[in-house]
Amino acid sequence: MEVSLRHLKRPEESALDVSRRLQKRPRWGEGFIQAFLFFCGAVSILTTIGIVYELGKEALLFFQMPGVTLLEFFTKTEWQPTVGRFGVLPLVSATLVTTVIAMMVAVPFGLGAAIYLSEYASEKARKVLKPALEVLAGIPTVVYGYFALTTVTPFLRIFFGDAINIYNMLSAGLTMGIMIIPLVASVSEDALHSVPNALREGAYAMGATRLETSLQVVVPAALSGIIAGFILGFSRAIGETMIVAIAAGAGPNFTFNPLKAAETMTGYIARISGGDVAYDTPDYNSIFAIGLLLFGISLVLNIISRRISARLREVYE
Amino acid sequence: MNRSVVLSETGNLSVRHQWGKFFQGLFLFSTVIGLIVLGILIVTVVDKTFTLVAVTNKVDPATLADRPLEELSEEELRQILRENLRPARLRTIERDQAPLDEMNQADLTALVTTEIVKPTTRASYPLFQSLTRRAEIEAEIRSEYPDAQIYFKAWLTWDFLQRSMSTKPDLAGVRQAVKGSLWIIFITILVAFPIGVGAAIYLEEYADHRSRINRILQTNIENLAGVPSIIYGILGLAVFVRTLALITSGAVFGVDAGSGRTILSGGLTMALLVLPILIISSQEALRAVPRSLREASYAMGATRWQTIWHHVLPYALPGILTGTILTVSRALGETAPLILVGASSLINKDPQSVFSFFTTLPFQIYNWTVRPQPEFRNIAAAAILVLLAVLLSLNATAIVLRNRLSKRI
Repeated sequence: MEVSLRHLKRPEESALDVSRRLQKRPRWGEGFIQAFLFFCGAVSILTTIGIVYELGKEALLFFQMPGVTLLEFFTKTEWQPTVGRFGVLPLVSATLVTTVIAMMVAVPFGLGAAIYLSEYASEKARKVLKPALEVLAGIPTVVYGYFALTTVTPFLRIFFGDAINIYNMLSAGLTMGIMIIPLVASVSEDALHSVPNALREGAYAMGATRLETSLQVVVPAALSGIIAGFILGFSRAIGETMIVAIAAGAGPNFTFNPLKAAETMTGYIARISGGDVAYDTPDYNSIFAIGLLLFGISLVLNIISRRISARLREVYE
Repeated sequence: MNRSVVLSETGNLSVRHQWGKFFQGLFLFSTVIGLIVLGILIVTVVDKTFTLVAVTNKVDPATLADRPLEELSEEELRQILRENLRPARLRTIERDQAPLDEMNQADLTALVTTEIVKPTTRASYPLFQSLTRRAEIEAEIRSEYPDAQIYFKAWLTWDFLQRSMSTKPDLAGVRQAVKGSLWIIFITILVAFPIGVGAAIYLEEYADHRSRINRILQTNIENLAGVPSIIYGILGLAVFVRTLALITSGAVFGVDAGSGRTILSGGLTMALLVLPILIISSQEALRAVPRSLREASYAMGATRWQTIWHHVLPYALPGILTGTILTVSRALGETAPLILVGASSLINKDPQSVFSFFTTLPFQIYNWTVRPQPEFRNIAAAAILVLLAVLLSLNATAIVLRNRLSKRI
């Protein structure tokens, strides 16, 4: 101690003065900045609280309206809030049909693209293809909606003729699937990429071809990450609004026939709020009830997806 | 695992390689199918933007003058307007636009066209169809509209960008929509950029990752990034449009718009929507800054904030900007939340301030797409081309910026 202080000591100072002088000065500016930055982070918490509070409050008003019960909400198959029919199932069924169709497109093509990019493509090809997929992901959904209505539906009419409505769930679902391919592909590719090379080399050493290595060794090893990607895609499809609002049709319709028009949860919210919806009407409150349902579903799916991919990270790190 | 044994026993090597080739083709196809669709999409949009049209005029220009309108003098055009329009209509025009005597030849010609000649597109045929079977189409038009003029029309023109909204597709333009989009994006960046980067700095540079509150913050941000955009619209409707109506309508500032469905509400809603994405991408940029840079700065006696401001941020800036550009392009194309916050297709005045009502380009596309008259699909296509051009140039900027960045490291 004595040695180290000797150099720092000014003539008139005692050892105590020196140690005081070297003490950390209070820096109010630093503290203020840190507080401000924390506030920035806290804005996201406020957003979440805002979403939960507003959705919850108005949804509660909805369920307190005469004639609305939770049981009816989840079991009845007619949705006409203005005339007292409060069964959400038609909206849920349409959401389910379009989402399942979308996944039937996005899962095989997304996974195929991920396998190609991770296992087959040369470095050069990856450099071109990955940004191209990003561009695809950057196309606004309203443009996809236009595409579904003006191109996909007429194309489908060639096969189905008049059996398919102008507005139908099939065309909306297919287009949504195309839209989700980049998302599924990029998450799955990350998972495939994180599989250690030793596994591939082991498979090659056993005489497996590249295809056998990819499908029977790499894909199973990355399965949890791939599934996380599927779930993310699923959640994205459920929350997608513009494609279904434009191409799937207006008006709730309880049907599982993809050739028919039916309104999804998001499509309903967009249509009802499109005009000047008056506050505190059944229509207004119903937006929040359905919003809450939508928020709950996508939150649960996101949490599951992140749990799964976190487990994957633990395995290989 | 058993399957692999079966495969290798049943197929000889050449068969297995053939399967390999086949699947490689499938995988490649999966990768490019998106691009194929993108190609088809662009072709579709172009196909609808440039069409063969049959146009009928309410008044034949030949009955107005013996020469084409473009060749008439200003005085002759004024004469035509005064003769053919009712005085009340003339007064309205002079009040809304400018006195006739002050208009130049181009303005007057446009006025004669929209007010007297009133061309209406009766039918419009997509580009490729018209190129391949033009004769058939012309015959069809002749039988239905004998006096129609037939010519190729580009719906996307310089005029289209400058014209106001209209209920007639022939006269509609995207002027207010483009301006509305720019205003909204301006507010979004103004609010989301500082808060987003600030939150990212807090999480990466200050937060102790073992502390509970910071873990909750991080998880919460990741969850918010997955919330459907329409939910943010509901939030914006409830909070900005309704609860904070006094502020968002400008009532407390003395410029009451009448309701909270203003640019301010739209911009704030959009800012909340992009915030999580912006935070996550900025965090990644900050994480890419080497530890040694910070340690060197600390070793020189710099405080934490000095280190961040003078060393970490400049190094991370290109990455942060890339993320911001991509986020902006996402916000530019977003439609659903603005439907809830009250974008309106009946806007005829340019937005004057943040307290103006608004429409945006994607909202206008939506609005035109869902209308039954087919000509609206043509202007929707033209608007899509405008939107895609803006987005692609933003994306290209981001990619260039990122490539520069990766070269430097």
